[in-house]
Amino acid sequence: MSEAAAELPRWAEAALAASLFAVDPVGAGVSVRAHAGPVRDAWLVLMRALVPAAMRVRRVRVRVSDDRLLGGLDLSATLQAGRPVAERGLLAEADGGVVVLAMAERLAPAAAARLSAVLDSGEVVLERDGLALRMPSRFGVIALDEGLDDERPPGALLDRLAFHLDLDGLSGRETFGAFHTGEEIVAARARLASVTVGDEVLQALCATAMALGVISLRGPLLAVRAACAAAALSGRDAVTADDAALAARLVLAPRATQIPVVEQPPSEDAAPTEPEQGADAPDTPPPPEEEEESAGDGADRPLADRILEAAQAAIPAGLLAQLQLMAGKPRGGSAGRAGAVQRSMTRGRPTGARRGELRPGVRLNVVETLRAAAPWQGLRRRALGTVLKVGERPARVEIRPDDFHITQYKQRAETTTIFVVDASGSAALNRLAEAKGAVELLLADCYVRRDQVALVSFRGKAADLLLPPTRSLVRAKRSLASLPGGGGTPLAAGIDTAGTVADAVRRRGATPTIVLLTDGRGNVARDGTPGRAQAEADTLLAARMIRAAGFTTLLVDTSPRPQANAQRLAVEMGARYLALPYADASMLSRAVRAAA
Amino acid sequence: MRLPFPFSAIVAQEEMKLALLIAATDPTIGGVLVFGDRGTGKSTAVRALAALLPPMRVVEGCRYGCDPGANGALCEECQARAAKGVLKSRMAPVPVVDLPLGATEDRVVGALDLERALAQGVKAFEPGLLARAHRGFLYIDEVNLLEDHLVDLLIDVAASGENVVEREGLSVRHPARFVLVGSGNPEEGELRPQLLDRFGLSVEVRTPEDIKLRIDVVRRRDAFERDPAAFTAKWHKDDLRVRKQIIVARERLGTVDVPDAALEQAAKLCVKLGSDGLRGELTLMRAARALAALEGDAVVTDVHLRRIAPSAMRHRLRRNPLDDTGSTVRVERAVSELFGA
Repeated sequence: MSEAAAELPRWAEAALAASLFAVDPVGAGVSVRAHAGPVRDAWLVLMRALVPAAMRVRRVRVRVSDDRLLGGLDLSATLQAGRPVAERGLLAEADGGVVVLAMAERLAPAAAARLSAVLDSGEVVLERDGLALRMPSRFGVIALDEGLDDERPPGALLDRLAFHLDLDGLSGRETFGAFHTGEEIVAARARLASVTVGDEVLQALCATAMALGVISLRGPLLAVRAACAAAALSGRDAVTADDAALAARLVLAPRATQIPVVEQPPSEDAAPTEPEQGADAPDTPPPPEEEEESAGDGADRPLADRILEAAQAAIPAGLLAQLQLMAGKPRGGSAGRAGAVQRSMTRGRPTGARRGELRPGVRLNVVETLRAAAPWQGLRRRALGTVLKVGERPARVEIRPDDFHITQYKQRAETTTIFVVDASGSAALNRLAEAKGAVELLLADCYVRRDQVALVSFRGKAADLLLPPTRSLVRAKRSLASLPGGGGTPLAAGIDTAGTVADAVRRRGATPTIVLLTDGRGNVARDGTPGRAQAEADTLLAARMIRAAGFTTLLVDTSPRPQANAQRLAVEMGARYLALPYADASMLSRAVRAAA
Repeated sequence: MRLPFPFSAIVAQEEMKLALLIAATDPTIGGVLVFGDRGTGKSTAVRALAALLPPMRVVEGCRYGCDPGANGALCEECQARAAKGVLKSRMAPVPVVDLPLGATEDRVVGALDLERALAQGVKAFEPGLLARAHRGFLYIDEVNLLEDHLVDLLIDVAASGENVVEREGLSVRHPARFVLVGSGNPEEGELRPQLLDRFGLSVEVRTPEDIKLRIDVVRRRDAFERDPAAFTAKWHKDDLRVRKQIIVARERLGTVDVPDAALEQAAKLCVKLGSDGLRGELTLMRAARALAALEGDAVVTDVHLRRIAPSAMRHRLRRNPLDDTGSTVRVERAVSELFGA
């Protein structure tokens, strides 16, 4: 293994990423996965010191309305000036700066799409409140990801961020200062435009991305940008193998979805990857102190191989093991709870107001209605023939049906059905296929109702969240089809996981429904040890927690003959019990509809 | 404004490029839906198309960009103008209008002109995005994230070709015929079936897996971002060739012969795929005709039908969302059964 592939401490990687970001921040970004704490703060301080002083760093909360995000009509200024005055949104204000997104894992896909559009086009396109504006806005993004388990910022945003850092588990003692000074960054920025990338480097980065299973082409594109920034930082006008290796480990490795085949590098049949020696000239000045790289060893091997090796070394060991189990599958298991503050903030959250008719059952949004009416007051009074004397205040506000705005709540519309499927040996033998069939039918129902679905399965020693809540049938189908069977029955773990998911769903303001398909006979305890007695005790405990939380639950007994165990479990969970001696998919579907 | 990436420099994605060219040749096809992976150049292709469309003739001073040659489809203002005498006209670029996420209804359909209401106390209509898109393209990126009430509205206008606004005692109707182009990523949610059906063609885009193609994409993108002007200049000739192809195809469109045998094949294919309604057959026929025109063929044959069938049919199959075989595979299977392997 060459030195390019040597271990680089995680903090060193993070500090390097901050330097590269500071060199070329516009339209790119960093996702920082870490708890709020000294390590993350240290990184932010470091980043802020490197980014040019002229770039303002501004924090944006993820729960931000379109008015604030995109901009709209500045009502008071409009009324005062007697002409429409636009209020710039956060995205337009951020022009020339850095946007720090706090709690990016909570960013709604819709907001991520707005942000992505601005990142891509470099301008905010506003078509709101009678205003049509295009405002240039070019900025960099730092997404602070405090997600637990499989909570992640939206994929559309992550795809556009060059560096995905994971600082979780680092301690404050491991942090140290930046590798570069502000002056070095400034010099690198000036040099950046003249940095060229050789074709071999492009090919090698593309080949590495392919080998790591990085599908999106933004991966290699961002890696090229990062390599250019690295070259500029080192005072070079051409990207070398070291720059490319650094870019591969910082940009491509965190995106890996598969382990490259080590024996035969996937690039070997791509003709252009000849052994390359010229670019890595021996007289290359050694890169900054972070990489004691010697050009000697490895220079005789194909460039793509060395870059791939570097990237591979940067993939954390845990990820490798996980990837070997199942590519890209989200981690399930241990319960994580976000703070109580979030709970009260998001529950039953109104999702905004829109123009609408006043019908029974809808709630008038008085403030929005008045806002909508305000600009038209003069016009309407004139139409009515009301003439105000100078200094006289109008007796009343003229409201028209067109002004009515109604509040929309998310809760009313969204249900999330969580399917918990027993995939253990006992179930797999006779009922797993039937259970899958039933769930598929239910999915079709959920699709029609625009519900979200989640899929939990348990077998062997633990339960897995196979599919976090989604509306995507594509993903639901895929994860259901690949659901394997066999092993013990960790029923308690299955119920626990379902409870965790349901809790998360409720915190987002949606209504969860749990559908548990099992024969009710667990034989693996919560801690993964076999043993029926402990398993049953744990199962009942888990069931009581579900009842205490008050989730709507349906227990479908999949055993050939109705079981006392399952009935008792249903009582303890406060669940509706449904015996399904012959898993009849359409009957099951009707039952869930009735329960939901 | 930033220069758009040149259309002819887009690597691979032949189906998407063809669908856009077909829509540009025959706007009655009813729009294009582009669904697929992230980072496949969906938006890039649409914006690139805008840069290369040949200009069109519009009535001088018309807010809706009416076609002076279209007698029946003029807006009220142009009808009044036409009654007085000959319509003056000028050349204008074909509009490709973005419907940005977060757009409010008043900006989409049009509303009272706020500025004039405040300053002069006058009720005047300020046309919205639908008016601006008339005779051109309306592009919605992330169409599956569009709010439901806006989706309903678009469906309605796209079906009628006319936008009706009733507000504050103001009653305005104006023609709004546009090619709807939507793009999105299916991982972020499906599109409602009602809207799906409005699109004439639907294209699935995938990131190329061939390493050479991937390198080409990265290489060209890098070159473009380094020097947009030089890169655009380099591809200018190719773009002009595509523009010429569209112009010629439009002229030829009326003369392309659609024999009964081809119509019959189209009908058979629709029956085989169990797609109800005439929309499928009509789209198949029109798209095959536009394809023939683009390729300089005088008669529509099975070859054209075969090539266009996946785009024209894959979103019209009876919805069995859990059928494991993708709709593309189903269409291809039906095609090879019908036309022979």
